[in-house]
Amino acid sequence: MAAVAEPTATRQAYGKALVELGAEHSDVVALDADLSVSTQAAKFGKEYPDRFFNVGAAEANMMSMACGLAATGKVPYCSTFAIFASGRAYDQVRLGIAHNELKVRIGASHGGVSLGEDGASHQMIEDIALMRAMPRMQVIVPADYNQAYRAVLHSYEHDEPMYLRFGRPATPVVYDDVPEQLNSVDVLREGRDITLIATGHMVWRALEAAESLEKEDGVEAEVLNVAIIKPIDSQVVIESLAKTGVAVTAEEHRTVGGLADAVREVTAEQHPVPVFAVGMGDEFGVSGTGEACMEHFGLTSRGIADRAREALVLKPIVSHPPLHGPEWT
Amino acid sequence: MPDPKPPPSPIEGDLPSIRQLERWATVLRMDCVRMLAVAKSGHLDSSLSAADVVTALYHRVLRHDPTNPDWQERDRFVLSKGHAAPIQYAALARYGYFPLEDLMGLRKIGAQLQGHPDMNRTPGVEVSTGSLGQGLSMALGIALALQLDGMEDPRVWALLSDGDCQEGQTWEAATAAPHFADRGGSRLCAIVDYNHLQTDGTTEEVMDIGDMAAKFSGFGWDTVEIDGHDMVAVVEALERTRGLDRPAAIVCQTKKGRGVSSMEGRFGFHGKPPSPEQAEEALTELEELFERQTEELEKATGELAAITDDGDGDES
Repeated sequence: MAAVAEPTATRQAYGKALVELGAEHSDVVALDADLSVSTQAAKFGKEYPDRFFNVGAAEANMMSMACGLAATGKVPYCSTFAIFASGRAYDQVRLGIAHNELKVRIGASHGGVSLGEDGASHQMIEDIALMRAMPRMQVIVPADYNQAYRAVLHSYEHDEPMYLRFGRPATPVVYDDVPEQLNSVDVLREGRDITLIATGHMVWRALEAAESLEKEDGVEAEVLNVAIIKPIDSQVVIESLAKTGVAVTAEEHRTVGGLADAVREVTAEQHPVPVFAVGMGDEFGVSGTGEACMEHFGLTSRGIADRAREALVLKPIVSHPPLHGPEWT
Repeated sequence: MPDPKPPPSPIEGDLPSIRQLERWATVLRMDCVRMLAVAKSGHLDSSLSAADVVTALYHRVLRHDPTNPDWQERDRFVLSKGHAAPIQYAALARYGYFPLEDLMGLRKIGAQLQGHPDMNRTPGVEVSTGSLGQGLSMALGIALALQLDGMEDPRVWALLSDGDCQEGQTWEAATAAPHFADRGGSRLCAIVDYNHLQTDGTTEEVMDIGDMAAKFSGFGWDTVEIDGHDMVAVVEALERTRGLDRPAAIVCQTKKGRGVSSMEGRFGFHGKPPSPEQAEEALTELEELFERQTEELEKATGELAAITDDGDGDES
């Protein structure tokens, strides 16, 4: 369980941790659909060829096979790109895995636009929404390699169906070590003026944005990392928003159905405060390097900081005393 | 209402004869008519076309034990054409997986018998199905797991409809099973209930699947094509698949609504429950058939007993 310090892709953690799980648990099997080098499942295949099934370019078949394997006592890890894992095989995941409440783990790699050059056909930007809407499916998006490693180990320790999203590019580490446990929400930085709530590749950028807000504007931003988007730990979110009164969410995903809406569902019912979103609008991705794509869509530290500045201007206008906030108790 | 005693489990030996199986198929057909008449919803004709195959499986071919549904060494049955759930439910109930009365709860709120099979609600159901095209893949996954567990005997049987074979995923599984033959794929047997009728018309009109047997054969399966209502052929075809070194496909030419003259082979009944009058008529017809089969069975059993008594088992 070696933590990394240098920028590393979260998908690398999937491959490494899967090998560790394979060594410890004989019921772990892995399936991949001809992308095992990219998803890193090939590492497992090399170590445990008897427990690895490459099904070729047939994601629907893979998900239903995983259902059969899990119904017969195995713990399948199915990997492919997020676009195919959630989009192409939605019905297979829905009936065979989620509906049956089977212990199948979907390792969805290359999520978001940072996949880069392959462009819109491959850039999955609505998978969190799809999987969050699916009954009984848990949705996990780790922030860095170290947390991703924990997320994979965590997935074996629990029984619920899980969708885990990993990314293609090497990204800076947020956690110095592999965390002891996987929390739904971690407070990575404390602040009182605004809460930046991020997931996946946007977490390190949110931390950078918070630095910039402090240096340039004297704003103290609190930063939350949401790794388990469903079920989200609403308590941590509410506690932060009770303090700051305004939030900016950041995700490499549509702002519909993803992290922004997960947070808004919590605030709308439990603690109404304004929630502004950084993410993809009503649009598809484009070709370019991963970083160029992120910049093109404003999925950057600067994008988050700018949105936070707007939010802070609007905060006194759109905020109103929370119905059940501390002022009223 | 004919209510023969529950048959012995096939694992206990004493396999039922062809005549007994034919009679059981009639019992299961009557169960389906009653269930659908009470539920006022469901797919009767699709259940009836599969009745002979399902009877042969549950009453003779499958190694299973209703007193221990989770027996690890059991054969697995996957009803890929999940809309034919009533025929599986009837077989399970007759075998003692749950009380016969439960059949009348089909499709009702809170009942264990859902419109399509649900593994978490109904004992004896291995995986949930109902979205066409997924069952063969699920069955393949089960076969791979059994191989990993090092179990020698268990086989996996998947019953597919012609609609299943219009779904592309079935052919993904059909490609994968021979590829994984020595990793468990050879435990798999796909049975196609090729009844040539679907919701919008005949399969030939809606989307012609053509030579189904040639397709499976071309994908590398050991394939036979039989009359799916000929119990001798059904039993032979099912039993010969044990021990094959590649996956087996049995294309059963069948008639939708088989056993009920007003429905048999006719378009327009898919997903439509029988009216009380239709149910009454169907039950009368099936009961007459049951009585004829009973008489024939008694006659045959009597003859057999006579032969055995006279000849002391010594055939000269």
